[in-house]
Amino acid sequence: MRRLSAVNLAVLGFGLLFLYGPILLVVLFSFNASRLVTVWAGFSTRWYEALLANAPLGAALLTSLKVALGSAALATVLGTLAALALVRLRRFRGRRLFTGLLYIPLVLPEVVTGLSLLLLFVGLGIERGAWTVTLAHATLTLSVVTLVVQARLLGLDRSAEEAAADLGASPLQALRTVTLPLLAPAIGAGFLLAFTLSLDDLVVASFTSGPGATTLPMLVFGQVRRGVTPEINAISSLVILTVGLVLLASVLARRRR
Amino acid sequence: MTRLGSPLARAVILGVPALWLALFVLLPFLVLGRISLSESAVARPPYRPHLPSSLDPAAWADALARLSLDRYRTLAEDPLYRDAALSSLGLAALATALVLPLGYGIALAMARAPERWRPALVAIVILPFWTGFLVRVYAWIAILKQDGWLNQALLALGIVERPLAVLNTDAAVLIGLVYAYLPFAILPIYATLERQDPTLVEAAADLGASPTRRFWTVTLPLSWPGIAAGGLLCFIPMVGEYVIPDLLGGADTLMLGRTLWIEFSSNRDWPLAAAVALVLLALLVVPIVLLREIEARRLEAGR
Repeated sequence: MRRLSAVNLAVLGFGLLFLYGPILLVVLFSFNASRLVTVWAGFSTRWYEALLANAPLGAALLTSLKVALGSAALATVLGTLAALALVRLRRFRGRRLFTGLLYIPLVLPEVVTGLSLLLLFVGLGIERGAWTVTLAHATLTLSVVTLVVQARLLGLDRSAEEAAADLGASPLQALRTVTLPLLAPAIGAGFLLAFTLSLDDLVVASFTSGPGATTLPMLVFGQVRRGVTPEINAISSLVILTVGLVLLASVLARRRR
Repeated sequence: MTRLGSPLARAVILGVPALWLALFVLLPFLVLGRISLSESAVARPPYRPHLPSSLDPAAWADALARLSLDRYRTLAEDPLYRDAALSSLGLAALATALVLPLGYGIALAMARAPERWRPALVAIVILPFWTGFLVRVYAWIAILKQDGWLNQALLALGIVERPLAVLNTDAAVLIGLVYAYLPFAILPIYATLERQDPTLVEAAADLGASPTRRFWTVTLPLSWPGIAAGGLLCFIPMVGEYVIPDLLGGADTLMLGRTLWIEFSSNRDWPLAAAVALVLLALLVVPIVLLREIEARRLEAGR
């Protein structure tokens, strides 16, 4: 006996308006003809055209994409291995410590993660740049991959693997030819989630980046601190569009069974 | 139970991620502790390590005897840091108190919606969470500023005569926190509500309980784990939040995350920044452990 009352509907409507209103306003005003950011003066795509000529923006976008691809690839391998360890090895010594270390970057304030990783890199004498951001992002996002893959592994029917074993496949062969293909949609979804998280991250990237390696959020943050401009509205809208498409792909990847 | 055969396979599956976590999660914390005990210096990097890097016991004994807890003394004595810590905890607690009822209302409506709508509703709630954190905070600057959309609307409707000064106040920080973390509150609450056995509410109805009474005596008490998880998932990162107070807060809005950033980047006092990070961690240890317990119990109940 579950029914949506008028109050339920009103709360839901208000909630969605609250969540989406600000985002939609930014997208709408990215097409504003006026340089005044908040006053509507007709439709125009001039701010998008201005972005094309913005060289630092292109460089930052490229850095962000490189970091996101690299870190998501690393996180996918590590996160999948961790999920296999948690589900298939079941009890092992140090399991509590392992899961604790796995999930702590997910809940910890980003400033703490960022600073501690920076101090590690400095302590080890590693030159900072896009590559250190990649390592940091892989650490930050690998638990997301673990969560997604773990859920799929737990719901997996073991009979296919057992059949493979009965037919003489070694455990490793069974893993490669049966389990991993079955996990592929979850692994793909995990990769895309890690990718979007990396694209979105500002704080950890700011700490662990070095001179010359400015990611897109770092660039946008620097500009936003100086004030709101129509160009930022346009960049933001493109970010929203990109993330939306990647998320859609991840949902579709998980749907396909 | 099939086992993953050879010790080599086990070593790869467990060993590789374990090594990674030890190197990039555990070790950084130890380094953080070491540097918080260092002296800051005009150098590159801007500190002089105090604890030795070798395992020589004599060097350690010497270093420990001259251990400097100056950073922590500064943090305890300087009202600036005490205020930053109190205001971080206060703003995060207040924002959590605001976000929970709102999140609960939305989660309840989602759980009561027809079953075929629910996956779409969940996706709609998650989407903004992934859509550029910075973009969403930035949107509120444009809404709340002096000539922003909120003031334009209020002036046009004749509700206020002069524009409200909301941006760069604690109120703006609160709005930003509630907005940014709302999905974190909704999802765990929705998960417990969605799993609730509907026959319990029906039984209460059969026994004559009114809808209000059914909510307070059945639905709400059964959803405590979700409320606790959602609250902690919001509270923990809020305490260390940097971007929101920096962009929406005023010059006097000091939160620990922002203090850490300022010590690190503007003042270049890395030891002090490390000490702030450890204080932040200490403040959050209890909430984090609590969250892990609740999540573990929720996972078990879910199977």
